[in-house]
Amino acid sequence: MSAASNSLALPPVKRRNAELAMTLLAIGLTLYALIETGLTRNGEMPPQLFLYGGLFGGLALLAHVFIRFFAPWSDPLLLPIATLLNGLGIAMLWRLEQGEIEGAGPMNQLILTAASMAVFAGIIFFLKEPRTLQRYPYLMALAAVVLLLLPLLPGIGMTVNGARQWVNLGFTSLQPSEFAKIALVIFLSGYMVSKRDVLSLASKQVKVGRFKILDLPRMRDMAPMAVMWGFCIIVLVILMNDLGTSLMLFGTFLAMIYVATHRSSWIVIGLAAFFGACALLYPFVHHFRVRMVTWLNAFDPEVYCTDAALANPDAFCNTAGNSQQLVRGLFAMAEGGMTGTGLGGGKPGFVFEVQNDFIFTAFGEELGLTGVMVMLLALTLLVERGMRIALASKELFIKMFASGISFLIGFQTFVVIGGVTRVIPMTGATIPFVAKGGSALLSSWVMLALLMRMSNNARKPAPQAIQDEGATQVIQR
Amino acid sequence: MNTPIRRLAIFSMALFGVLLLNVTWIQAFQAESLRNHPFNSRQYIDVLTNPRGPILIGSEEVAYSEPVSEDSDQYQRHYPANGLYAHAVGTFPIRTEGVEKTENSLLDGSDERLAVRNFMDTITGAETQGASVELTIDPAAQQAAMDGFEALGKNGAAVALDPESGAILGLYSNPTYDPNGVSSLTETEAANTRWEELTEDERKPLLNRALQERYPPGSTFKVVTAAAALENGADPDSTMDAPASIDLGAPLPNAWNGPCNGGQPDPLAHSIEQSCNTSMANWAIELGADKMTAQADAFGFNQGEMDVPIPALGSNYPNETDRNLLGRSGIGQADVEATPLQMAMVAAGVANDGDVMKPYLVDSVKDSDLSTIEGHTPEKLSTAVSGRTADDLTDMMVLVTEGEDASGSQGAIPGMQVAGKTGTAETGSGPTHNWFISFAPADDPQVAVAVVVEHGGQSGGVLAAPIAKGIMEAVINE
Repeated sequence: MSAASNSLALPPVKRRNAELAMTLLAIGLTLYALIETGLTRNGEMPPQLFLYGGLFGGLALLAHVFIRFFAPWSDPLLLPIATLLNGLGIAMLWRLEQGEIEGAGPMNQLILTAASMAVFAGIIFFLKEPRTLQRYPYLMALAAVVLLLLPLLPGIGMTVNGARQWVNLGFTSLQPSEFAKIALVIFLSGYMVSKRDVLSLASKQVKVGRFKILDLPRMRDMAPMAVMWGFCIIVLVILMNDLGTSLMLFGTFLAMIYVATHRSSWIVIGLAAFFGACALLYPFVHHFRVRMVTWLNAFDPEVYCTDAALANPDAFCNTAGNSQQLVRGLFAMAEGGMTGTGLGGGKPGFVFEVQNDFIFTAFGEELGLTGVMVMLLALTLLVERGMRIALASKELFIKMFASGISFLIGFQTFVVIGGVTRVIPMTGATIPFVAKGGSALLSSWVMLALLMRMSNNARKPAPQAIQDEGATQVIQR
Repeated sequence: MNTPIRRLAIFSMALFGVLLLNVTWIQAFQAESLRNHPFNSRQYIDVLTNPRGPILIGSEEVAYSEPVSEDSDQYQRHYPANGLYAHAVGTFPIRTEGVEKTENSLLDGSDERLAVRNFMDTITGAETQGASVELTIDPAAQQAAMDGFEALGKNGAAVALDPESGAILGLYSNPTYDPNGVSSLTETEAANTRWEELTEDERKPLLNRALQERYPPGSTFKVVTAAAALENGADPDSTMDAPASIDLGAPLPNAWNGPCNGGQPDPLAHSIEQSCNTSMANWAIELGADKMTAQADAFGFNQGEMDVPIPALGSNYPNETDRNLLGRSGIGQADVEATPLQMAMVAAGVANDGDVMKPYLVDSVKDSDLSTIEGHTPEKLSTAVSGRTADDLTDMMVLVTEGEDASGSQGAIPGMQVAGKTGTAETGSGPTHNWFISFAPADDPQVAVAVVVEHGGQSGGVLAAPIAKGIMEAVINE
């Protein structure tokens, strides 16, 4: 392992000035987005430019300075990417507010960004060794389950847009699944590292004649898979109607068990179980069927709900649901074309609830294909840098943890953007850093803090022995 | 553990790859069709606030946009020529087929070919402007068609083509309507009411009869039959039995209930001059269904819908194996159906030495700074007949307007030779449709025309030929 991992080690360079330059670029792009919106919509520089620009830019720079002191060896690309995505999110929300779209709340988002960055700094400061998280796998599992089940509690649980995934705390509302997914990744990392040998070695071979088809795990080792599957299907899909979280968590689980065991049979079993359950549930779970039909037949007049279909009481859209949001999202993106209408020049209000899951279509409309490609590539880069951290780290737990978090970010992006652009059925999830909402933003910054800390530890050069001091040796703590 | 992490990294990249490909598909390749999707209400609202490019005929703006009022950001479309070009130009907001619809992306500036210019406008802060579209229509010819039909007071259509290029010089359908009446943005209520009235009007003023209606072509189709005969070895003097009536299931008589050449076999040229039914039906039967169909196809029949760019219905010449139907199809009856555009193409093909040019309505599209974005290069659709056959057909058609037994002398223009052919088509129900197709001058054709008068109940020579004459004179006298 040592020879292989040496070649994977990241160079021990800080590159903090590069981070500063790129962070400044990200702040500059955010300011430019605000200015462009102001000029296009109101013909003047936005009056709150200094408020937003000063606050947001100041926060990002503070985060950079903080990193210089407390995680100087961390990957220099992560903070600029997060800054860019978060800044574009705020700028778009501000733009939507200018377009008189209710509930955009850019100021709220800015305040939440500040709070998230504070938590980000706190994690980097206090969690010097992420491996300590390995000590409490079952506590993390419990936390994940409690957080996921919280919205089911009568009194505080809330249903928003059909999915029961919110908790009302009186002064604010939270989406606990955003944090549950992090706890779950920690648990899975710890659990799988300890059970790795059993999960990966014990097997039963399925043969057809002389040919080995599949290397099946033993039945008794299927327990974690069965629990995870049951939880995702029964609790999330049937009880909570939260298809997005279900898909995300199960996908991440499969990715992590594959990383831990290097056995593709887990993926085959997992996918078969998940899609089998979906197929079985299809006739019985109403909202699930609606999602499928609106995805497959989005352009059917009866599903889209044209005036003619509206008059027909038996039409799908009068009995179940319609595909208007999805289709109008596509229209918005088509309107943007290659270069977009420019910020403030489009009509994002044509898509209902554009400030939430469908904010991607507003980017598509106003920044065009070029703009959304930048956004997607930034997210790709973030994910791939995370994977690189996993490769460079030496401890198994950290490898699992970093790759799990990275995949979670990537898969979550795929689930939400794929849903909005009709690659997969629409399930409802949040684009990391971009989406509106405190829980989503906070969990994104928590994940970023964990990645930063892990990358810092992976890149930090091992302390050198002081040659002339005889037997005394500095040992890294 | 590194191998599975690497694979996971590659898989993540593949997920993003799928997203990138998909947004490219939506925003680059599908964008145009999504923008024009019938569910997409943006196209109806967005566009009202864009200054739309004008549509020009000659140098006159026949459709242009002006701000609704000083404090409005919407633009009202105006049609100063009222009903004259309604079927060619269409209406905006788009309610009908017309150039307003087919060239919409150019007129409103959303076409990709205007992207660079729009981008420059965005940077310089100038308002984006749509392109201007110039049509091939000759205002005098169009006016002549309208005058002719209004004097007659009957439904019908006229198409005039430049035989050499295929340019549409006239495209008129009667009755017409005033696009201004249905496109007002300030009095939308009245516009909608007017639209309702037009859709329910029994005379179907919204129907573009020149392109979107098929009629039995009657005797004008004899030009095609004669072409098939000449192409297959006959010459203008070849004769064919031409009794007063032949038996095709039911008797098929001549229009005047007598034989064509005093009971003698009739020469082909004379059959055309006099519009003899019995001999031409016999020619069709003798040639056979395959040769007849091949000739009709060569003139443009059976080719399906064609965009000029306004969609035009295809014309039909069914391959009739039944002798009776085959005979009737030779004189443009049975199940033969043609649009006025198709019959104009027959005349134009003969006029252009046998080559049928592709008809087109949009002459050029110009940017707001007058640089040409799209021009038109004349395109040959097919070679219908040889040059020699075309010459023979021309001579025969000249006899139609000036021969001893001329059936279409009302189409003649003093001082030049006009090649023409009349048609009086049985309709099965109601009075006959009356046709005239022609081109002039016969020795150097500048214009080819087809005119149909719906249920005129008289001969094509009487009702349709004067209108065709007016259109031809208007083009030639310029």
